[in-house]
This record gives sequence, structure tokens and C-alpha cells, in this order.
Amino acid sequence: MQYKDYYELLGVSRQASDDDIKRAYRKLARKYHPDVSKEANAEEQFKNVQEAYEVLKDAKKRAAYDQLGSNWKAGQDFRPPPNWQQQGGFEEAEMGDFSDFFANIFGGGQRRAQQQGFHRQGRDEHAKIAIPLEEAYHGASKTIQLQTRRLKMNIPAGVMPGQQLRLANQGSPGIGRAPAGDLYLEIDILPHRIFTLQGKDIYLTLPITPWEAALGAKVTVPTLGGSVDMKIASAAQAGQKLRLKGRGMPNKTGAGDQYVLLQIVAPPAHTVEQRAVYEKMAELMPFNPRQDLY
Amino acid sequence: MSREENMMVVTINTEEIRELTLEELCELCDVTPDFIEEILEQGIVEPRGQLNALRFSENDLRHIRTILHLQQDLDVNVAGAALVIDLMNELDQLRSRVEILEKYLAR
Repeated sequence: MQYKDYYELLGVSRQASDDDIKRAYRKLARKYHPDVSKEANAEEQFKNVQEAYEVLKDAKKRAAYDQLGSNWKAGQDFRPPPNWQQQGGFEEAEMGDFSDFFANIFGGGQRRAQQQGFHRQGRDEHAKIAIPLEEAYHGASKTIQLQTRRLKMNIPAGVMPGQQLRLANQGSPGIGRAPAGDLYLEIDILPHRIFTLQGKDIYLTLPITPWEAALGAKVTVPTLGGSVDMKIASAAQAGQKLRLKGRGMPNKTGAGDQYVLLQIVAPPAHTVEQRAVYEKMAELMPFNPRQDLY
Repeated sequence: MSREENMMVVTINTEEIRELTLEELCELCDVTPDFIEEILEQGIVEPRGQLNALRFSENDLRHIRTILHLQQDLDVNVAGAALVIDLMNELDQLRSRVEILEKYLAR
């Protein structure tokens, strides 16, 4: 197993006081708490931080851990020294979330005697999966790999970010004849190159030319369900929001909409004739967009 | 020997609206009805139905789990957890607004 450097995990020195350790833990617990954190691997980081604090906050455990010596590096291959006395005092159920390293140093607690006829439903487990926006829109068949098994499932169309899909009895196995717990799969939707999801609506920035804006035009607009034709009325303004009804995410309460934000892009003038066009515009269309600034 | 041995096909059916009773909710989260009442008072979770026959949605379950975790892991009380949930919702809204604006300005 690998050595875990608890001091490094909390970002404190080996001489840190109890207060230092508590403060460091509190800060990191807030930062990585999986229910509020947007950090990558928040859950794993949080478990590491919790385990480190579990050891360093207790004088006895900290002393025992320090005895291993300070020459070890995190991740190094590790064996407990010979004649190492396990500290014990931990029930098997509590050890569930801690690493092998922890179990080897501090384990040896009493195992709950497995009496005949003792039944307990397995623990619920939680997992997260990130999918592209297209798959959330259309639905998809996904295979995920858990520790020992692979599960194939259908993700329904219109699934929302943060939504939890419950896979009955795919969690930890039960004790005795009790059923396994459930597996809750949280859906995370990956950012998309051009679309943004807000609620069940989709937003898209659409670049158009000054003449398309001024004169109106029919343009082809991408949506998650395929391209559609859209009419831009004349005298369109930058930032104007046009609605494509029902082109957002599918939903039980009615599909969301797609909103198209008009972005007017001025073409560069490279040639003499092109410059002349702009100069003509300036002459024929006196217009001060800054008049409200002064 | 084949990979197929470990492959289980599990189909998720989300068409059925799975609502929980108060008893089911308490058992799932390992809490007392008093605790749920405390959460209801905060107005974060608004189940359907009458007092004697409340029905909780999966979304309600998610919020209640979050409150529990915040309490156990970060020492936050229920009122504080309610505030956290409100702020997180607001943050989510703001994040998507920023993303929309960033895409608009990128040129």
C-alpha cells in the first residue's frame, strides 16, 4: 500500500499545533465538500482530508503516526515496521471510507460478530458521470465501471445537471438476507462549444453581418435537434434575443426553448473598394452610438 | 473468461414519478420526523400533499441529503444549510449567465 502524508494533505508542518490542524481541516473541508464543491475529484480530496484530520486531531493517533518516521514520501510503497501494534478501536463499518494505509496502521478493531440471522440492508453508494450536452438532450446508453462490475444503463433524454438517477440495489451488498443498497448516479453535463444550458433552455450566440441585421435575413441556426431556418427581422440590434420555441431540452413539464443572441460582426475592409463602402456608409448614415455617454 | 460475464444490463426507468412518504424518507436518510419538520420550516423543501400525507420528490430527497451532509461534515445548522442551498442555486444561475456572456463576447 502507499504511504499517506497526512501533514501534506492538510498543508501543515509536522510541528503544527492542534489549532493549526483544526483550522486547516475546516478550510479544506469547506473547499472540497462534495455537496458544495466544484473542484475536480472533490469527493476523493474530501475523503483524504477527513482521514488526515481523523489521525492528526487525536494525540494518541498522531503520536503513533509520527512514530512511522518522517522520511516517508507520499505515495511511496509502505510496510508497517515489524512488531507494529495496531491501535484498534475502530469498528469495521467505520473503516469503510478510510484507505488501506489507515486500516493497516489503526485497524484491528473488533469486528461486529456476525450472528446468525443478522440482516442489514447495504449502504447506498454515490457515483458521478459527466456526459456531453448532446447525450443529455437525446438520451444515451452508457456503460460505467464500478469496482468489480460494469453496468449498462439508459440515460433518459432531457436529464438535468445535478439530477440523480437511482439504480435500485446496485449499491453495497446487504448483510444476511437483506437487499443491497441503492446506487445514486449524479449527472454532470460537460460544457459545450457553442451551446449553454440554463435551466431547460439553450442559449446560442449567433454572429450576423451588418447587412443581415439592417435588412433582415433568413439564416440557418444550429440546435441540438438539428439545424433550423430562422428569420431575422430588419433593423435587428446587437444583443437582441430571438426565441426558438421548444428547441431546448425535452422535459416532462414541456420542452425548454432555444434563445439566439444576435452578435453583429463587422467585416474588415482590406481593399480600396471595401474601404469606399464603409466611407459611403459613414457619409449616408450619420449615427452616433455614443451619444448617451456624454 | 469473457468480459460479458461482468456485464449487467440495468435499465433506469425515470418515467415513473417516484414520490416518498415521510416514513420512507426518514428511513432512507436515517433521521426522525422532527428533523424533517425542522427542514420544512426553512422552506427549502416543499413537499406536496396534506400534513398527514406528505409526498416528497427525488429533488426533495437530494436537498435533505445535502442538509444532512452539511450538518454532519461542516457543523452547519439547518438554517445555515438552507442559506447554503439558496446560494448554490443562485451560483448555478450566475455560472450559466457568465458562460452565455463569455460565449457572446468571444470574438
